Amino acid sequence: MWILDKDLWREIFATLGKNMLRTFLTMIGVILAMLILILLLGGANGLSNGFNKIFEGTASNSLFVWSQRTSEPYKGFERGRRIRFKIEDAAIIKKQIPEIEVLAPRIELGSHRDVVTVYRNGRKSGSAVYGDYPEIDNITKKKLVEGRFLNQTDIDDSKKVCVIGEETYKLLFDKGEQAVGEDIRINGVFFKVVGIYKPNNNINIDGENAVFIPFTTFQKAFNTGDRLGWMAIAVDEDTKVPVVESKIKKILKAKYDISPKDERAIGSFDMSEIFNGISAFTTVLKGFSFFVGIFTLLAGVIAISNILLITVKERTKEIGVRRALGATPKIVRRQIVLEAIVLTTFAGLIGFSISIGALALIGILLEGGDIPVDNPMISIPQFIISFLLMVVLSTLIGLIPANRAVKVRPIEALREE
Amino acid sequence: MIEIKNLHKSYKMGSNSLHVLKGIDFSVEEGELVAIMGSSGSGKSTLLNILGMLDAADSGEYVLDGVPIKDLNETKAAQYRNKFLGFVFQSFNLINYKSAMENVALPLYYQRVGRKERQDKALKYLDQVGLKEWATHLPSELSGGQKQRVAIARAMAAEPKVLLADEPTGALDSKTSYEVMDLIQKINDDGNTILVVTHEEDIAHMCKRIVHLKDGVIVEDKKVKQVRAQQYV
Repeated sequence: MWILDKDLWREIFATLGKNMLRTFLTMIGVILAMLILILLLGGANGLSNGFNKIFEGTASNSLFVWSQRTSEPYKGFERGRRIRFKIEDAAIIKKQIPEIEVLAPRIELGSHRDVVTVYRNGRKSGSAVYGDYPEIDNITKKKLVEGRFLNQTDIDDSKKVCVIGEETYKLLFDKGEQAVGEDIRINGVFFKVVGIYKPNNNINIDGENAVFIPFTTFQKAFNTGDRLGWMAIAVDEDTKVPVVESKIKKILKAKYDISPKDERAIGSFDMSEIFNGISAFTTVLKGFSFFVGIFTLLAGVIAISNILLITVKERTKEIGVRRALGATPKIVRRQIVLEAIVLTTFAGLIGFSISIGALALIGILLEGGDIPVDNPMISIPQFIISFLLMVVLSTLIGLIPANRAVKVRPIEALREE
Repeated sequence: MIEIKNLHKSYKMGSNSLHVLKGIDFSVEEGELVAIMGSSGSGKSTLLNILGMLDAADSGEYVLDGVPIKDLNETKAAQYRNKFLGFVFQSFNLINYKSAMENVALPLYYQRVGRKERQDKALKYLDQVGLKEWATHLPSELSGGQKQRVAIARAMAAEPKVLLADEPTGALDSKTSYEVMDLIQKINDDGNTILVVTHEEDIAHMCKRIVHLKDGVIVEDKKVKQVRAQQYV
């Protein structure tokens, strides 16, 4: 097995080591190419990770639906009529559209993003107050720092409990004060705190200062009857959100006598649209990085080939002597190709090490910053592919000088000047 | 050892064809020391190249040690060269980044001889040419005569059937030339067949037989009384 032939490798390293400067200059091209390739790939990965982090805890394949005013007259109703969804709508929609995985109806105190004053022991906080089902946690995940989130028992028994935001906690409690188990007062009704959540510093639908109470408790405490604020809906992975969106609107439009052409009566927001947009962007970016990187690498490898070509010319006599002493064309070719591979691999590894270090450094520097870059690093498959590609390229390109070397006939190489 | 019959070789020079070897008949017995003489253009180098399988004849027969040499591809030629022939060149052609010992060991490497054995053999042959202490030196640290002696050791290391020396003393002063010829004579004394291409009369007379080439034919082939180089050293 020639690959284990110590002498062959000794021969190759002796040749490369003979002219360190030339070897080094040759390698620079590939070092830089590998550096660019890995930095681009790592950067794209980091950006992709960064965006993913923003979406972390938010079901990306989800939408929100709420009611507005009609913009078209229909069935004898005038335009501008206020539509109010009822709690029963949630069950109807969930039943009719099986693609819906989670449907969490929600109601707010006051109008959207309105704040209500929440009191405790003479302290107060202007918070958003939501009546929620525990399912909402599957759509916008709450990071609980203490206690628990609302559960089904709270709903079933209409318990007067609440989960408050960290911001709310800061306004209502002293630093380090035990909040779970304490009561707070909203519109004259007392609720016991069962959990404190930390808002994700990414996508935030609920605001930072918010109080969540069970939906059923909300209905009774604030006398909202069967009214519904809006619905957060998570759709099954394989279904497109717009499909479900239009189905929901169709059902609701029929139910509330809204013109099918009315675009304004029901408001909705498709989360997947943003998510898909960003993931398409990062995918394109990754592809582009790879593309640019590969061509840079190709340029680097061609530079090696060039230098080897010059080297072969310089070594014509040496190769002639080797041939006269019994080196077959195969041996000569193998040596030159292996020189190319060794040079490229060695240079590639140097470039790789430098770029991994640089990426790690960038990762540390940007950590926790506002730039959406997280863990900019290449994956192992990416590394393997880049590396294999580099070796394959160098083999192919190494064949050019190798064939040139073989073409030199020993008699011409040995001819006296 | 060498049997050549009616060897022809011509080179194309543009539209003209230059007939260099015009029917050479020539044979060498084992243990001979033959000088091939001739002025430049006489075809002596071409003959040596064909003998060395560095070039192929247009027509004619060439049998080396009972093996007919014909229709060689590069691989086969390389293997035959490695097995049958040792080369000594005018300009030494040592590989400049390899030590004397590594240079001597190179043909053995192509014979797939193990590293340890290669080194032992290389040292043995370096010792024979009196350069054992110089084993680790690079060619650039050696004098011309020393370089040629390393080259001879290299040629001998593969234990070839025939040693081909192309103007081995061409780049050396006369004192060093005689030293090299002394070495060649000693190797010949051990029974090795050697062909020396030269244009120097005194060098030729240090061989046992002189073949004169002129315009592509052998004009003279005579045995001579060998002048020992030893006395001039």
